[in-house]
Amino acid sequence: MIYRKKSGIPPAHEPGEVRVRGVLPGDLEQVIEIDALVTGLRKEGYWAEILRRYGGGRRQRHFLVAEAGGRIEGYVIGEVRDWEFGSAPCGWVFAINVRPDARLGGVGTRLLEAIGDSFRRAGVSKLRTILSRDNQLILSFFRSQGMMAAPFIPLEKDL
Amino acid sequence: MKLQKNTVLALYSVLEFAANPGRHHSAAEVARKYRVSPHHLAKVLRTLGRAGLVQAVRGVGGGYRFAGNAKRLTLMDVIELFEDISAPRRAGPRAARRGAGPEQGLAAPFEVEDALGVVLKEIDEIAKATFRSITLATMLKLVERRRARG
Repeated sequence: MIYRKKSGIPPAHEPGEVRVRGVLPGDLEQVIEIDALVTGLRKEGYWAEILRRYGGGRRQRHFLVAEAGGRIEGYVIGEVRDWEFGSAPCGWVFAINVRPDARLGGVGTRLLEAIGDSFRRAGVSKLRTILSRDNQLILSFFRSQGMMAAPFIPLEKDL
Repeated sequence: MKLQKNTVLALYSVLEFAANPGRHHSAAEVARKYRVSPHHLAKVLRTLGRAGLVQAVRGVGGGYRFAGNAKRLTLMDVIELFEDISAPRRAGPRAARRGAGPEQGLAAPFEVEDALGVVLKEIDEIAKATFRSITLATMLKLVERRRARG
């Protein structure tokens, strides 16, 4: 989600022009559009619920957007989770996305840094995420940001 | 997934070259650094050269230089040149292995083999996903971070 589809195309803006801030209700349509561009699904109801739960600058929950030239270029969402499965409180990123035509411009890096700062201010010093092992693009992005395998193993079973 | 010596040597080499892409590295220098025979290394470099990851530079001051894209090239791209990374071979179809059936309520050998195969495949898939997600540029950053930590 971080790479441009066509290599060699310069990003639509310089990284310095990107501003990361808390989401506003008026941003939601563009957030839905970015998600739909990548997943092929428009999920209005889901995003309205995410905005309700994570918008509004809470201490433990963060929904940030990257804006450049009046356009939302990407978003990141996460929260501080306390003592799950014996883990000390840590910051969980459960969504990060950048417009396909704005990738490779440092937007994803800025978003991850910003949510990392928010987590630090909330008193945690570890950032975690989980994603499909087939999602090489995002895995490579997180790896490029210095993330390593966590001391957990995700498990599942058919019900 | 256990990597063969050649594969590990290929990873050392491309990382060495990618760390200084403008520089020509002599095979003897890399062989000395990683304590391997120059002859052994030459074979590995030939494979890397054929894949377009390194380029041989002839003449005085010649050697090898990195010819790939460190931000795109993953550890798996290098590993695949030296290893057969297809799914681990499982024993033949169940029907063909039914000869040795369960005894006294114990699992038949093929059932144990199947179950162990599932676990080994799981481990293998995680290893592959890890190698696919790490580019040479990310590895070089990791080296830097570890060096800074001391």
